[in-house]
Amino acid sequence: MPIAIGLEGSANKLGVGIILHPSSSTPSSPHDSAHSEDEAFTSKPTSPPVQILANLRHTFVSPPGTGFLPKDTAAHHRRWVVRLTKQALKQARIQLEDVDCICYTKGPGMGAPLGAVAIAARTLSQLWDKPLIGVNHCVGHIEMGRAITGAENPVVLYVSGGNTQVIAYSAQRYRIFGEALDIAVGNCLDRFARVLNISNDPAPGYNIEQLAKDGKCLLELPYAVKGMDVSFSGILARVEELARRLTTTTSTNPWLDPDTGLDITKSDLCFTLQETVFAMLVEITERAMAHVGAQQVLIVGGVGCNERLQQMMGIMASERGGSVYATDERFCIDNGIMIAHAGLLAHGKGFETKLEESTFTQRFRTDEVLVNWRD
Amino acid sequence: MAETSDSRLPAPFNKSTESFELIAQGAESLLYRTTFLSSSQPAALKVRPEKKWRHPTLDKRLTRARILAEARVLVKLSGEGVVAGGGGRKVKDPKKGDVGVGGMRGCVPKVLGLDWEQGWMVTEWIEGKTVKEAIYGASKVQVVDDEKTVEELKVLLRNMGEVVGKLHACGVVHGDLTTSNMMLRPRASTSDAVTGCLDGDILLIDFGLATQSHSDEDRAVDLYVLERAFGSTHPKEEDLFGTVLEAYANGEESGMKGKAGKVAVRRLEDVRMRGRKKSMLG
Repeated sequence: MPIAIGLEGSANKLGVGIILHPSSSTPSSPHDSAHSEDEAFTSKPTSPPVQILANLRHTFVSPPGTGFLPKDTAAHHRRWVVRLTKQALKQARIQLEDVDCICYTKGPGMGAPLGAVAIAARTLSQLWDKPLIGVNHCVGHIEMGRAITGAENPVVLYVSGGNTQVIAYSAQRYRIFGEALDIAVGNCLDRFARVLNISNDPAPGYNIEQLAKDGKCLLELPYAVKGMDVSFSGILARVEELARRLTTTTSTNPWLDPDTGLDITKSDLCFTLQETVFAMLVEITERAMAHVGAQQVLIVGGVGCNERLQQMMGIMASERGGSVYATDERFCIDNGIMIAHAGLLAHGKGFETKLEESTFTQRFRTDEVLVNWRD
Repeated sequence: MAETSDSRLPAPFNKSTESFELIAQGAESLLYRTTFLSSSQPAALKVRPEKKWRHPTLDKRLTRARILAEARVLVKLSGEGVVAGGGGRKVKDPKKGDVGVGGMRGCVPKVLGLDWEQGWMVTEWIEGKTVKEAIYGASKVQVVDDEKTVEELKVLLRNMGEVVGKLHACGVVHGDLTTSNMMLRPRASTSDAVTGCLDGDILLIDFGLATQSHSDEDRAVDLYVLERAFGSTHPKEEDLFGTVLEAYANGEESGMKGKAGKVAVRRLEDVRMRGRKKSMLG
């Protein structure tokens, strides 16, 4: 029964996951409760069942008003990887002989943090004499989403701090139908958070979401959908302008909503930004669904945790007679288990990354991966 | 006709006694086949329904802007009321400096009426199937007679390139070029029977995202959208896409002969690279 360890660190989250793919002859059974807070998970019957033996993560959070820099992030990963790996192994209660391969994020992502994790992976591989599997981060998200939700062949919206892509599977490739032309939607949200000094703990996007719940006034922002693609830099520039205006607003220099006469608040700005960018994302996803003739949508990536986005997507999907699939923060946010899962799928088809080739890269397109574990 | 589709028809159509056949439910709009003003004038009714997942203010703003933009572009391209003469004829050899008014008459549907508040627009009905369906049909036949089908496909692709070239020469970029937004209208002499004939006039539809532009960048992005959509939808025919670009830059009927077409195609290489080199974090 193949078991893989997965190491993820392309941004500020360091994840270590251990996964088991029960072979088709063994009946998949619920794991006993002695294990980690993630009880083992048998996914819906349409995708290969998986058992999660461990899924640990530690996030590097930078102070409000700042973002995380590569050098500091890499240092964080170096500081935590040994501890997390040991903990994961303990929780999984496996022997080293049971481990089939060491999977790591080959890319895309930030250089220094990716490098720190790649070095850890290579070290483990040589220490324990296990093959290495370099995994594409985006493919990891997609495969984990499919496994957990059981969605058969959905259009995938992958949205995070570093990526915004609309993907559909075709002929052993995850083809990118639409994407952000400049910055990712999560990046737009994170940078907006900095101007307003919104806390980065646990994540800026999470705090924006909570603030937006109290927002009522929809201000005007540019809406940049270009065919199947979207653009956020113009929106960011404008919303940062509005945020700066908010910081200079006082009782003698007020900024009022013209309809209600109430003060414009941080919450209104968060609300405005979310409604606008999420509408754009739902729109391009809808286009892809219409073009491909799909009924299902799967949302993956950190921004996919956002409940407003899930709600909007759900309304769109049901208006089309379809449904939306999403996972919770264990799998939406960057994690090691998705790397282990995707890596093990590839390994099952004979894929291996030789030590000399176990590099990492900042740019790694989703459609470069041959998805030979699917028809 | 008391169908459920009635509830989505805006005024005045929700009280009409004419028939409405739902043809397509695209991402942006519902398309109905019906008649307009007279029972003998077949028409395509495009309804942009409310999107309940968008904030209502945003929704109204977008719907109005898109209907108006689309209608303006179509009217310009068809040259309504500007140049007299019968419709449905291809305007050959547009003169230089003729900024595209009427340049696409016969290659785009004529606008018959609209209401931006209610969210609808009516255009003439185009008989035929989408290029996407035509290629799918040919794809199935391919096993039987390989070379002939490939040649027929190339003819289709050349026509595609030429019509996009004509469009760009008129100073318009479509904004959403896909094989679902191109109609293949069979010529009177041929029948689109079992053989899946790929010959015919190509018309562009769905100008909801069109803008008026002469810039190489916008043209290149337009081509890029088409290239990617084509590759994603027709992976088996992806290698033949070069035929489209060649016809765009050099084709007989393309308005982009000369430097303009080649410049746009070269710019396309830059646009492609942009996607690849883009930094992806996290």
